[in-house]
Amino acid sequence: MKKDLLSISDLTRDEIYRILETADAMREIGTRPIKKVPTLRGKTVVNLFYEPSTRTRTSFEIAEKRLSADTLNIAVSASSVQKGETLADTAMNIEAMSPDMIVIRHASSGACHLLSRICKSRIINAGDGMHEHPTQALLDAYTIRQHKPTIEGLKVAIVGDLLHSRVLRSNVLLLTKLGADVWVCGPPTLVPRGMQQLGVTVSTSVEAAIDRADVIMMLRIQQERMQGAYFPSLREYFSLFGMTSARVALAKPDVIIMHPGPMNRGVEIASDVADGPHSVILEQVANGVAVRMAVLYLLAGGVEDEVAA
Amino acid sequence: MKWLLKGGRVVDPANGRDGAFDVLIDGETIARVGRNLPVDTDTQVVELPAGIVISPGLIDMHVHLREPGQEHKETVATGTAAAVVGGFTAVACMPNTSPVNDNAGVTEYILKQARAANLARVYPIGAVSRGQNGEQLADIAELRAAGCVAVTDDGRPVATALLMRRALEYTQMFNIPVIEHCEEQSLKGDGVAHEGFHASSLGLRGIPGECESIMAQRDISLAELTGGIVHIAHMSARQTLDAVRYGKHRQVKVTCEVAPHHFILTDERLGTPTPYDTNAKMNPPLRETADRDAMLKGLADGSVDVIATDHAPHHYDEKHVEFDRAPFGITGLETAVSLCFDRLIHAGVISLPRLIELLSVNPARIIGVKGGALTEGAPADLTLLAPDLAVTVQAAAMVSKSKNTPFDGWKLRGGVAATIVGGRPVYVNAAVSGLALLSDRPAAH
Repeated sequence: MKKDLLSISDLTRDEIYRILETADAMREIGTRPIKKVPTLRGKTVVNLFYEPSTRTRTSFEIAEKRLSADTLNIAVSASSVQKGETLADTAMNIEAMSPDMIVIRHASSGACHLLSRICKSRIINAGDGMHEHPTQALLDAYTIRQHKPTIEGLKVAIVGDLLHSRVLRSNVLLLTKLGADVWVCGPPTLVPRGMQQLGVTVSTSVEAAIDRADVIMMLRIQQERMQGAYFPSLREYFSLFGMTSARVALAKPDVIIMHPGPMNRGVEIASDVADGPHSVILEQVANGVAVRMAVLYLLAGGVEDEVAA
Repeated sequence: MKWLLKGGRVVDPANGRDGAFDVLIDGETIARVGRNLPVDTDTQVVELPAGIVISPGLIDMHVHLREPGQEHKETVATGTAAAVVGGFTAVACMPNTSPVNDNAGVTEYILKQARAANLARVYPIGAVSRGQNGEQLADIAELRAAGCVAVTDDGRPVATALLMRRALEYTQMFNIPVIEHCEEQSLKGDGVAHEGFHASSLGLRGIPGECESIMAQRDISLAELTGGIVHIAHMSARQTLDAVRYGKHRQVKVTCEVAPHHFILTDERLGTPTPYDTNAKMNPPLRETADRDAMLKGLADGSVDVIATDHAPHHYDEKHVEFDRAPFGITGLETAVSLCFDRLIHAGVISLPRLIELLSVNPARIIGVKGGALTEGAPADLTLLAPDLAVTVQAAAMVSKSKNTPFDGWKLRGGVAATIVGGRPVYVNAAVSGLALLSDRPAAH
């Protein structure tokens, strides 16, 4: 594997499968009475979060602790960015204390690339602006594999705010790399230019996108997008794109419904779908820990035998 | 004292000359241009090495010298030092300084600094609107009297169609152009890169080409309405070039310029070789291949009037940040000539006389200054070019105060041999052999 995990494009197919297989072993650790292995003992991991995050930060922290890493969290609020030191300076200061890995979440696309150029520590991108969120895509793939024999050939429909979504970009790269038939769907105002060049089918009809789909992945709609005139109202958005039971019926009977969270119930997804039999949303959260353990472990240069021990 | 440049190829399109001519310089002016000029006893002969081209002094009509107010980026002294290294005998500087050049006091200050630096000539450009606020016209007559050669609100467009109309009307009293930074602000939003596949992949907010062309169409229509003169700055989008062609076809007084980065680079540069390189961030943004190719076509077919660099120096600290937080702009003065030789002349896109039209003849005409021709009696502003010089761009070695260039490390063919302003060699390139006599001249800087 490369030094850092900034983008799914940093990973080969084989490396993706290796992460997913390693995650299986990691998941088992989470079922033990003592959920801890000494694998990353003596390694220091800094979680540098420039955006509020509950799920991702907690998930990384639990993953790090289960691997016995020394972790510390740095939460930088948006206001202190304005008056405080630059990202480059923060990076150099952290680097001066010789951590082994830095997990970064930042509102600017490419912030992790800047860190990567400055730091010798290994960098894990926990979400950079509208760019990527690679560990989310990996845990999504892991979750799909729990329910489907293979990702190759599956019809995956990704529905929602495509323009601003880093989850979308990572998932498109990963799923197309593994041979899925990826459909992306949202109002034309929220479809990035040139999307088709990534090898996906773009549709503004949610019915067409989810027709006989194996996997439906919902993306969060941010309420402030209405001010940008991307769509007129949440009500109209829900009527056109909201995932309802009636729509789910268009997909394959064994379709799984995914959401990276946090959900807006009644906006992009109806509660009965979110909590219904097809939903794997909480499994995604559970798998996040195992997949992040796998990423941390493999980036640290681990050998698989050690985990099994 | 007189001196005679011998052995060069004179390319002087304004006077229809292209060939082996001698140039006799007497003090600050060009005394004679001709074949085998007689040598008086008081004339020092400078025999040029083979292959040197003698051009009328190059003029960059779009630079940011940053003074007053942003001296950490550039000053008139460092900017004009960069200009002469880049072969420019004159530059026109943009008014978005701090304070804005919207009154004679600022204009005079810039000119005073230029006289002190005593390198390239500096032609200030005044603001269209007071404080560049887009509300009230600046005192344009006062600016003109103080030495401004044009007006612009560069950095942003003239805010409203009405104000642009007034500016195009008012400036006709002085016969100066309104230079427009074309950008439809609402369409730009908080965009940071050309809207297209690369920005989409990298998660960067996009700016479509139409953001530029819509404003150009507005301004060309207003120039037609008023009879005023509009010059479209740093054109990047193919749609803008079409708008300019349409205007010219209708006899509108419209001219346009393109910067080297817009006819060389594309938005692919956002992701490779260095992802999110802030030196690939400028406004207007690097556009897609079709736009870049349209600019090359416009240069070749005569639709483009001027090559200008939009030299926009920024401090390292300002550029060493997240892509969306970095300021727009790159330096250009010290790379333009080599880029033009390599990508336009040696690539067979345009001829050398055409390049000199773009870099000297036309800018002189548009901003209405002396120069652009090696005419007897004119100021002796000359650029000596070395078309086959091997040049490696080295940002760290640049004399501009800022080093924000995307061309660092590029190996190019063609460069500047020497720059002569008012009969005085202000720059002699040590990498070109056989120019010792120029360097030895007592007036050399």
